[in-house]
Amino acid sequence: MSSLGSALLGLAFLAAVAAGAIALLGRSGDERWLRISRRVVYAFCGLLTACVVIIELAFAGDDFSFNIVQQHSSIETPTGYKLAAMWSSQEGSLLLWAWVLSIASSAALYATRNKLRELVPWATAVMMGVAAFFTGLMLFAPDVDPFAKTATQLGQVPTDGVGLNPLLQHPSMMIHPPMLYSGYVAFTIPFAFAIGALVTRRIDAEWIRATRRFALIAWTFLGFGLLLGARWSYTELGWGGYWAWDPVENAALMPWLLGTAFLHSIMVQEKRGMLKVWNASLIVGTFSMALLGTFLVRSGVLQSIHAFGDNTVGPYILGLIAVVLVGSTALIASRLDDLRSEKRIDSLASRESIFLVNNLLLVGMTAVIFWGTFFPLISELFTGDKASLAAPWFDRYTTPLAIGLVLFTGIGPLLAWRRVSWESAKRVFRLPLAVAAVVTLALALFTDAADQLWALALFAFAAFALTGLAQEFWRGTQARKQLSGEPGPQALVGLVSRNRRRYGGYIVHIGVIVLLVGIAGSSSFQTNRDVELRPGESTTVDGRTITYVKPTMAVDEEKFTFGSLLRVEEGGEVVGFLRPSRRFFRPTGQEPGPISTYFAGEATSEVGLRAGFWHDLWIAEQPNVVDVQRGVRLADQGFSACVQGAPGTPPQCKALGALMRAAAANPSLQPQAFRQISQLQGLAAERVAKSFLATTAASTFKVIVNPLVTWMWIGGLIALAGALIALWPSRGRRRGALLRTEADARKEAKYREIRDAELDHATGKLSDEDFALVDAELRREAIEILDRENGGGSRNGGGNGNGAHPREPEKVEQG
Amino acid sequence: MDPQRKRKIRLVVALSVAVLLAVALIYTSFSAATGAKEPSELVNAAPGTSAQLTGKVVKGSIKREGNGIAFRVVDRDGKGPSLPVTYHGTVPDPFRGGREIVLTGTVESAGFVGEPETLITKCPSKFTTKSDV
Repeated sequence: MSSLGSALLGLAFLAAVAAGAIALLGRSGDERWLRISRRVVYAFCGLLTACVVIIELAFAGDDFSFNIVQQHSSIETPTGYKLAAMWSSQEGSLLLWAWVLSIASSAALYATRNKLRELVPWATAVMMGVAAFFTGLMLFAPDVDPFAKTATQLGQVPTDGVGLNPLLQHPSMMIHPPMLYSGYVAFTIPFAFAIGALVTRRIDAEWIRATRRFALIAWTFLGFGLLLGARWSYTELGWGGYWAWDPVENAALMPWLLGTAFLHSIMVQEKRGMLKVWNASLIVGTFSMALLGTFLVRSGVLQSIHAFGDNTVGPYILGLIAVVLVGSTALIASRLDDLRSEKRIDSLASRESIFLVNNLLLVGMTAVIFWGTFFPLISELFTGDKASLAAPWFDRYTTPLAIGLVLFTGIGPLLAWRRVSWESAKRVFRLPLAVAAVVTLALALFTDAADQLWALALFAFAAFALTGLAQEFWRGTQARKQLSGEPGPQALVGLVSRNRRRYGGYIVHIGVIVLLVGIAGSSSFQTNRDVELRPGESTTVDGRTITYVKPTMAVDEEKFTFGSLLRVEEGGEVVGFLRPSRRFFRPTGQEPGPISTYFAGEATSEVGLRAGFWHDLWIAEQPNVVDVQRGVRLADQGFSACVQGAPGTPPQCKALGALMRAAAANPSLQPQAFRQISQLQGLAAERVAKSFLATTAASTFKVIVNPLVTWMWIGGLIALAGALIALWPSRGRRRGALLRTEADARKEAKYREIRDAELDHATGKLSDEDFALVDAELRREAIEILDRENGGGSRNGGGNGNGAHPREPEKVEQG
Repeated sequence: MDPQRKRKIRLVVALSVAVLLAVALIYTSFSAATGAKEPSELVNAAPGTSAQLTGKVVKGSIKREGNGIAFRVVDRDGKGPSLPVTYHGTVPDPFRGGREIVLTGTVESAGFVGEPETLITKCPSKFTTKSDV
């Protein structure tokens, strides 16, 4: 099977190279070449899918002749984790990268198969260039061949594998890496189309319209991946935090931040024809950051808790980043004339100028994180000393920037595009400002929030922003209700589903603000205590009395679990019990050794967590296993004395000793001997472990009271829901609109803009005079588009068949 | 004021703010950073030197001492002299002999004393090279 896989991988590489080359043959717009290259891309996707299937089948079927399976899985590994074990390996994660890219490229080319004929060849070449790079790495770089055979003596296939690290055996770890990877990879698509647009000088909003969705998908995946990682860290790692400003975390956050900036600033280009250089640079930056993330994980350049042994592909990826940066910068510089803005910002009080401010904050934040992450290298350059920056340094800069972001996120949606009059501003700002003032006052008077001014500022701005967003939903619904006569809830649903991008985006805003409230609460007002307790003793942390009721234990073939039963009381009443524990794993994939090997493998914390809307009570335990370890030593000594036939040995033991000696000479007896040893050791291990139940030794407990942390996860899920709403294809699109041409897309975009202006007018953001001005301007632009199209006469209106007349944009009131 | 000039002023203001912020950033980063040192660089350091210790935990050297732990750390390449380390506080899950750690603390006469909550153990989970297995 592995040689079939290698062959398919080789073919995939050839397909990627061929697809790129054929696409370039069609750069004059020759459809035949484009069709062929598109099909070769599909074939590339099919070949990589086959490769992934082969690897997954090998994992599922415990085929230890595959090196990747032998090193990362074992017979005992649960099936779900076997399937996820592919991306815990370096070569498997490269395969995942290439595979996701092949899917994304195919989807992008399918979606644009009737559009952007000039641009697609170059975009295909870029996508396939990147794809060929990663496929080529697996084929030609040392030690990263996913189909490598296990190195064995005498051609024997090992009977078991090393197994998957128990720390990674957590549901969120199954999906966290593919989420992040899909995020990284999907940013390739907008990047490729941006390069296509620059090369062909087609730098209007077409490439953005064609790939906006991919950027949003990338952003969603990356964001959700980050959230899962944070959740895993919080519940699994036993240190109680969710973010450590570790280089690898930062590496995933940076493209996400730049991606956020990109998603906002492309709206300005779509609607106003501005910020073209900025957008092109942003997507180049985002893609480079995504590559950098892939690189950092594999380079060993920076000290990270995600240590990934030194390895071989880092320098190649660094080379690719250099090519991307130098090439793109040169390309943008040579196209500066074409990239000039079509318009200027009319007024500082307009949505586009707020977008610009938010963009600067996001890019500033990325710059701070970039500097901090790479500071060890910078410092080594200047001082010869690899000094690194810790979390407080990052917090000092990112906190005010994040608070500024919340403020402007609150202001942005309240302003209309182009211009805002003083009258309408007063109307929309009144309520949010009032609510923010009341909330701030209440927090300062009735809670200790005033001790942490940054947190108080964040809560105030969050109240402002959330009220503003609620008002948006309310006014939109009212406007729709009035015009359509629908009842409230139906009007709300109608409003959101008719304007998915806008209201989906607002829901994302709500989610992110709620998430930041959770971060502010849990990082500013946390109580964190390390306590030593003996069975029966109690301690009080932040008003909660915690009693160590009794020790607990469990034992099975792969691990010891030692923990405790804790009683939690608040105000004298028992509110619940927590069961923190620590698991001690035997190293997997080895022959049975003494019982002490239980303490030689990984150890993981099982956190006792009592989650609540206001507070989480989080407890991890370091059980004191000194007594148990003494018992283990005695048992191991007893065992070896016993099988050596010491006086007073029971007869079964003597028989086992004889069997072991026989097995040493005759390998065919080994399995039988191992079975018997394991059995006997299981009994001994259980007896030793039980001694923990009578322990009187003190265990160390880490007790954290974390306010508002639950809102982080809730906010993240709200943001995810919002992103999905914004991504969901609108009805028009689903109705066979996939055949739409560029001209249709341009018209549709203008209609949407007119509809947006109407909505802004209806919700009071645009005054009557401003609306009249803006509307007239937009309609003139719409007619221009239609004139150009009919004058050119090249293509008819496509789907709707009435290209001669501007289709009256559907108004808010029409269902 | 004509719009051209206004734009120019705006640009200059924005750029100066950016430059000021960048200078602050660079300045604070050099003063806030702690140097990462390996045991061989710290065994002969004067007591009171604070540093970020990086290195590998010597297998079998971890002992419980009072309510903390004591262990020895060697350079990441496993060579050179080892440094005795004491640490109080909770230990991360992946911590054990043979693992690489990062720990902030100070050198004292008896060895390196780590600050609570600063022990970081590298997660050995992914992409291990063959020599590690």
